[in-house]
Amino acid sequence: MKGYLRSDGRKGIRNVIVVTYLVECAHHVARTIVNKADDSAVQLIGFPGCYPNDYSLKIVKQLCTHPNVGGVVLLSLGCEGFNREALAKTVTDSGRPIETLVIQESGGTLSTIEAGLAAVDKMKAQIADVAMVDMSVDELVVGTICGGSDGTSGISANPAVGRCFDMLVEQDAVCMFEETGELIGCEQIMAERAATPELGEEIMRSVAKAEDYYRAMGYGSFAPGNAEGGLTTQEEKSMGAYAKSGASKIHGLIKPGDLAPQGGLYLMDVVPDGDPKFGFPNISDNAEITEMIASGSHVILFTTGRGSVVGSAISPVIKVCANPETYQKLEGDMDVNAGKIVEGKASVDEVGSEIFELVKQVAAGQESKSEALGHQECLITYKQFEAIGPACLPVRQIGS
Amino acid sequence: MMNDKRFVLLSDEDNVLVCCGKVAAGEKVIVEQQEVEMATEITVGHKIARTPLEVGEKIIKYGAPIGSTVKPVGFAEHVHIHNMKSDYMASYTRQAKVGE
Repeated sequence: MKGYLRSDGRKGIRNVIVVTYLVECAHHVARTIVNKADDSAVQLIGFPGCYPNDYSLKIVKQLCTHPNVGGVVLLSLGCEGFNREALAKTVTDSGRPIETLVIQESGGTLSTIEAGLAAVDKMKAQIADVAMVDMSVDELVVGTICGGSDGTSGISANPAVGRCFDMLVEQDAVCMFEETGELIGCEQIMAERAATPELGEEIMRSVAKAEDYYRAMGYGSFAPGNAEGGLTTQEEKSMGAYAKSGASKIHGLIKPGDLAPQGGLYLMDVVPDGDPKFGFPNISDNAEITEMIASGSHVILFTTGRGSVVGSAISPVIKVCANPETYQKLEGDMDVNAGKIVEGKASVDEVGSEIFELVKQVAAGQESKSEALGHQECLITYKQFEAIGPACLPVRQIGS
Repeated sequence: MMNDKRFVLLSDEDNVLVCCGKVAAGEKVIVEQQEVEMATEITVGHKIARTPLEVGEKIIKYGAPIGSTVKPVGFAEHVHIHNMKSDYMASYTRQAKVGE
């Protein structure tokens, strides 16, 4: 496995240029640049809102300096609240090439598209010779999410990803699982796996916060398709989702955009702090995927029972299908058929090893299905967070 | 009598079984060493009762409580939003909230 060496010491498994719009008003121009560039390594990300927000600034900064990113083109309308100067400085300080285009100062739609295409072309040449160096499993960051869960998720795909996570953590990779709203009902058993009692208390608090937040929203993290697929309650869905975390100790709790300080298993607390303010914590699966990528994930393991087709900008998404009937219907979108477990044709361990091998292959450059199909979703909303407390990142003892 | 392999017990403490292969309404199957005629179709991922259940009983799956019954449930009957609810928060379908 080889990686693109970045100035902060992190290594990327892809070398993409992100064309980044900083308000919805610049979205069309940015999208047109990406479409005309017609290169899978030139990708669209962005934030739609006009109001400033610390969280969204942090997420976009982390995406633009993600190890899989080689260069950045910013698209601003000109009058929006996004702090484009602070973002540009962060990217420049990281040693990456960056070009900021302000539509109001660049002659409007057509000439900004032209300038954007020229910037992309120039940047492609600039990043073509980034040093590739040896990279090992202990430098990988892997996130997991489930979407379109059903009654098979918790017995096949999720525990298989859990086994893969155990193997990755054993080799000192960073692994993260998330969505505390989908861990309601598991807080006690999860807290018992924390590396320290104080971290266990932080985990309990994060789930209690999620329960309050979702109650205020009027809906749990539970979709109609979950019920059609045999899941009856939030806590039943949670128990299945929780299996993705495997059996390792939990070494820390991070929030979106935070980087894990060392190898281990981390819970990402994605539910905003303070009084519920900006709506649902994550409006759909890609918001969570984007957050895990902002926290450095090179690869995302996405388990699904009903069948999701999404991918992501920046980092490849690997689909693990829990339900054998769904696999039949959507085989072209699925990387791994964990439905074999439901049919009694493979064990959880076997599929876990299959996922582990695939993670290494995708990290070495092989395209995942969603990547090859051109899925490059990205979704950032408004949120607010306080910094994590001192108990959230206990120092991990080697071998624990 | 061999139990039907389409219904799987995940944990010894559980009082539900998970369906891993579709079973038709009216089909005669062996569950917990007893022959029973299925009242309704059961599709993959859904649950049936391993024992008869009273109102208010905890449903145990993966060895953990996942909600409570709101109606009595017969042996091998489908356990879902029509007869159980969350102990935390309501679920919902496209048409309605359930288990409030």
